[in-house]
Amino acid sequence: MSAAMTPTADGVDAPDNLRFWVPGEHHAENGTLLGFWLYLMSDCLIFAVLFAVYAVLGRSYAAGPSGADLFDLPLVAINTSMLLFSSITYGFAMLEMQKNRLRPMLVWLGITGLFGLAFLGLELYEFAHLIHEGAGPQRSAFLSAFFTLVGTHGLHVTFGIIWLVTLMVQVGRGGLIPENRRRLLCLSMFWHFLDVVWIGVFTFVYLMGSLT
Amino acid sequence: MSDHAEHGHEEGPHSTFKGYMTGFVLSVILTAIPFWIVMAKVFDKPSTTALVVLAFAVVQIIVHMIYFLHMNTKAEGGWSMLALVFTLVLVVITLSGSIWVMYHLNNNMMPMSTHDMKNMP
Repeated sequence: MSAAMTPTADGVDAPDNLRFWVPGEHHAENGTLLGFWLYLMSDCLIFAVLFAVYAVLGRSYAAGPSGADLFDLPLVAINTSMLLFSSITYGFAMLEMQKNRLRPMLVWLGITGLFGLAFLGLELYEFAHLIHEGAGPQRSAFLSAFFTLVGTHGLHVTFGIIWLVTLMVQVGRGGLIPENRRRLLCLSMFWHFLDVVWIGVFTFVYLMGSLT
Repeated sequence: MSDHAEHGHEEGPHSTFKGYMTGFVLSVILTAIPFWIVMAKVFDKPSTTALVVLAFAVVQIIVHMIYFLHMNTKAEGGWSMLALVFTLVLVVITLSGSIWVMYHLNNNMMPMSTHDMKNMP
């Protein structure tokens, strides 16, 4: 770099074409996706803390029922498959998006939403059943931690479904414009991320909790 | 504007049917085996079962990361992976630290019988 190009404190020698940015530079195209990934990582920390709480309190039954007494593993297996199916159907929706096929994509998104609703319905049924049996969140530290962890995940799925329906309306109105594609990619990450968290839940809470 | 639209078209990972199906089939297998191990009581010792089931979970999480979340070292110029590694470090510290500290705290508590617990205020 020549001396003439070096900016001085009073700016006297600064040439007219002095620029502090590279011409033609543009911000990263996937900025939103990276930002959303960072949000997911912070969400991951929320779940990590809730998992830690469950790890600490998960055996404090206060003379109440244990996981082995309460958990209905076939029901959890069905629940898990619902979420897994919803993951693959969302993947199919993304494949249709790449092919610019609006109608099949909306159908796959709808199926994803239905699987999500089935998951939520089964979880709410389980919660209602537990509370009915007197194993509500106030029964023991184990159950408080259980309801907090699984409930937080369920809340995420609820918001995921609301987001999904919103996006279906937006895509239906605006078509597959770049903004809608970006939103669909963000929800894709969110949805698959929830499935990843559920792997931790069914393994750590349900399967390991059922061991005697 | 059309230039921008083309950029948007290329945004995000390019996913394939094969990739999704590979991930799905692997996930089904990696989910079914742990459920079977626990429900059929394959191992006598619960600690063995717990370790095996945890190992399956770790593998399945990696499968999901690669095939569904399209994680790789090049996505977003490597920043996604960096954020993930940083988060994993925090998660490991949080989990192992909490369990370690609270385990010792429990050990140092006064012992309490089931009868005492039932008569707690």
